[in-house]
Amino acid sequence: MDGMTETQDDLWEVAGRRFRSRLVVGTGRYKSLEETAASIAASGAEMVTVAVRRVNLSDASAPMLQDFVPPDRYTYLPNTAGCHTAQEAVRTLRLAREAGGWNLVKLEVLGPPPFLYPDMAATFEAAAALLADNFEVMVYCADDPVAAKRLEEMGCVAIMPLGAPIGSGMGVVNPYMIRAIKSQAKVPVLVDAGIGTASDAALAMELGCDAVLLNSAIAHSQDPVRMAVAMKHAVLAGRAAFLAGRMGRDYKADASSPMDGLIRKGG
Amino acid sequence: MDQALHSRITLSVNGEKRALPEGATVADLLAEIGLAARKVAVERNLEIVPRSQYGATVLASGDAIEIVHFIGGG
Repeated sequence: MDGMTETQDDLWEVAGRRFRSRLVVGTGRYKSLEETAASIAASGAEMVTVAVRRVNLSDASAPMLQDFVPPDRYTYLPNTAGCHTAQEAVRTLRLAREAGGWNLVKLEVLGPPPFLYPDMAATFEAAAALLADNFEVMVYCADDPVAAKRLEEMGCVAIMPLGAPIGSGMGVVNPYMIRAIKSQAKVPVLVDAGIGTASDAALAMELGCDAVLLNSAIAHSQDPVRMAVAMKHAVLAGRAAFLAGRMGRDYKADASSPMDGLIRKGG
Repeated sequence: MDQALHSRITLSVNGEKRALPEGATVADLLAEIGLAARKVAVERNLEIVPRSQYGATVLASGDAIEIVHFIGGG
């Protein structure tokens, strides 16, 4: 099998849905819906996260996300952003299911600023309630292998540990733990949050993650469409490097050119 | 005028007070606001109203209605 064919057939699957792109992108924090649409198209993503909010009653004719990021083209992954209790998360996603008609969701229950670190006690509680209500739960979580395993055993369909706090752009600060979580998981593992630039996304994929979820890294770059392209390539490169298997690390040099056949003065 | 006042109900929609004719349904409310039913979800007194029931769900005075949609998010 040649490399190209292998890359093209390298799909990943979550909750029975198959995806070719291993980049999942958020739809928030863009300057306009036009910029959102252009950046997401450039990223090649097939799945996008979305938030659920009250409709603006005073301007019902205002353009909506769905007009720019059509749900028949992208798999919407409704999130629970802004929910700080299990009850709020469940209520939000029940509305999302009614609005979108699907049950694949992103659960995130966050602790307080300045870190918005996952509140795992509340996350477990919300996950249990959502799973009992037949949601398929992709769960944002701490980089904690014990917590990750427990969420998988509860029935979550994907485990999504943070690389660094949401919107921080600090990259994958915990590669050892991400790798540990991936090594024991039977469901897809996505690094969600913290990615700042292309090399961060590549690193997440090199660690063996199934996909990467990011938003601000594209939306808050100086040129979102160009960064979206960079992220697309970074994820492909990181994935290919993981599949290829990197060489070992060594503290001493090992020359690439053979020492035999060197020309010598007066040979 | 008095007659018209008597035939109206008052309810809360996304936290705002709103008056509607008695007998108005969720479908009527969405039409009055100008929203396409397929782009929103509706909650009435903390219970989801299935889209198929918009036309059959008659609103009552004091109802707390939430109408939501998808927006950009991470």
